[in-house]
Amino acid sequence: MSFDIPADRRYLESHEWAHALESDGDGVVRIGISDFAQDELGDVVFVELPEEGESITAGEQFGVIESIKAVSDLYAPVSGEVVAVNETLFDSPELVNDDPFGEGWMLEVETDDDLESADLELLSADEYDEQIA
Amino acid sequence: MPLQTPPLRGLHDERGAKFTEFGGWDMPVEFDSIREEHAAVRDDVGIFDVSHMGEIHVTGPDATTLMGRLTSNDVTTLEVGDSQYATITDEEGIIIDDTVVYRLPDENGEATYLFVPNAGNDEAMHERWIEYRNEWGLEATVDNQTDEYAMFALQGPEAAALASDVVAEPIDDLGRFEARSVTIEGIECWTARTGYTGEDGFEFLVPWMDAETVWSAFDCQPCGLGARDTLRLEAGYVLAGEDFDHESDPRTPYEAGIGFTVKLDTEFVGRDALERVKEEGVEEKLVGFRLIDRGVPRHGYDITNTEGRVVGTVTSGTMSPTLSAPIGLGYVPVEYAEPGTTLRVIVRGQPKKARVETTPFIDTV
Repeated sequence: MSFDIPADRRYLESHEWAHALESDGDGVVRIGISDFAQDELGDVVFVELPEEGESITAGEQFGVIESIKAVSDLYAPVSGEVVAVNETLFDSPELVNDDPFGEGWMLEVETDDDLESADLELLSADEYDEQIA
Repeated sequence: MPLQTPPLRGLHDERGAKFTEFGGWDMPVEFDSIREEHAAVRDDVGIFDVSHMGEIHVTGPDATTLMGRLTSNDVTTLEVGDSQYATITDEEGIIIDDTVVYRLPDENGEATYLFVPNAGNDEAMHERWIEYRNEWGLEATVDNQTDEYAMFALQGPEAAALASDVVAEPIDDLGRFEARSVTIEGIECWTARTGYTGEDGFEFLVPWMDAETVWSAFDCQPCGLGARDTLRLEAGYVLAGEDFDHESDPRTPYEAGIGFTVKLDTEFVGRDALERVKEEGVEEKLVGFRLIDRGVPRHGYDITNTEGRVVGTVTSGTMSPTLSAPIGLGYVPVEYAEPGTTLRVIVRGQPKKARVETTPFIDTV
C-alpha cells in the first residue's frame, strides 16, 4: 500500500498535516489528517472541531475524529486562532477519506509559528514517509 | 495465547484485508471499506468469512434430550434440515451464549445436531455439554468440530441468484432457517438459509481443507466483521459479548429482547428462573435508539434521562451506513423503554439527545 504524502506541507507524528497558505502570506495554516491516517481509520463518520475564534495549541488535542470502527483524537501542529472551519465535514465527513489533503481539510489557523521551526517537531514529507513505512 | 487463524487468513491478506482480534481469532475486519461492504449487502450481495464461529456436533440416543435441556428453544420441533435460534442459559436464566441449532441428517439412526456457539465459546460449550451429559447419565457423543469447518455467509438481495449459479443443486427453494447439504465446486457443504444482516442469504459450513475452493467460487464483494457489525445492528440483532455478557453484563433473554427463544413448556437449565422472570416482569430492557444530536454512540457510554440522571448504558452503537444516522442499543429501565421516549447519551462528557426506536431500524427479511 502506498500513500500520498504531498511535499508542500509538514506532518505531525500523530498524522496531522499543516500547510501554509502561501497565497495569503499572512500566517494562515490549513490543518488536516494524512492519507495514511484516513486509511487506518476507515470510513470517517464524524468530526468534532473547535469553532472560529477559539485557540488551539501546538501538540495539544484540538478535536476528535470518528470512523465506524474507531475514535481518535486530533492534535494541533501549530498554535493559533481558528479563522475557518470546514463545516462541510459535518454533513460529509467522508471527504476526509476521499480527499484528505484537499476538500477534507479541517481548520485554518492564524499563527505566528514557523512550520520549519524545530520547536514544533514537524516532519518533512520524507521524514513522515519513513515514519509510516 | 496466540490468535487462532481462519483457513483463508493468507488469501484475505493478499486481497488487502485489515484484521482484528475477535473472540481469540485473527479475523478480517475490512476488505475495502465498511461503507462499501455494507452497501453491497444491502443492495446486492456480499460474502463474509465467519470461520471464527464454533461448531459442536451432538449425536446419539439421548442427543435430543441433551440439546433440549441445554438450550432454551424447543429442539423437538426440529425436523432434519431445520434450524432454530436459541440461547444457552445458566441456572439463573442468565445468557451464557446465543446459538443456532441445526438438526443434521440422522447418523446411525440417531438424531444428530450441530450448534454454532460464538467465537471463543466453543471449548466452554463443549465442556458444558460433556459435563451435563455425564451428570445426567445421557448417551450422546459431543464433538467440538470448530477446527474442521470454515463458515461463510453469503448475504444480500442477490444472494439467492448468485447461490443458484454457484451451487450444483437447486437452492432457491430452501426456506428461511431450513438447511441441507449442497455441492459447491464438487465440495459438500451444509447450507442454511440464515444470516446476521437482516437480508436474505445463506450460511455455508465448509470442510476446512476446501475453504479456498468454495470461497473463490463466489464472485462478489468480500466483507469483514466491520460491515457485519453495522448490518446486524441496523437489523437490531444482539451480539454476544457486547449486548450481553455472562460475566460483565449478565442478562436474561427477556431483558435482551430475545424472549422468543425461550420455550417454558420445555425442560432446560435456567427454565424455572426464567419462568419467575416472565411472571414478575423485567426491570430493564434492551432498546434501540437514534441520536438526534450529532455524535456516535459507543459501547459503554452512559444513558441518562432528560434530568441528567444515569439510567442505563449503551451496549452497541454506530453510524448507520444505510440511514446515515447514529443508532445504538442499550439497557434502560422499562419506564424509559417506550418508543419515542427521549433520553441522553453521554458522548465525551456531553449529553446528546436520543430517542428510543423500535428495532429493526431498517426493513429486514
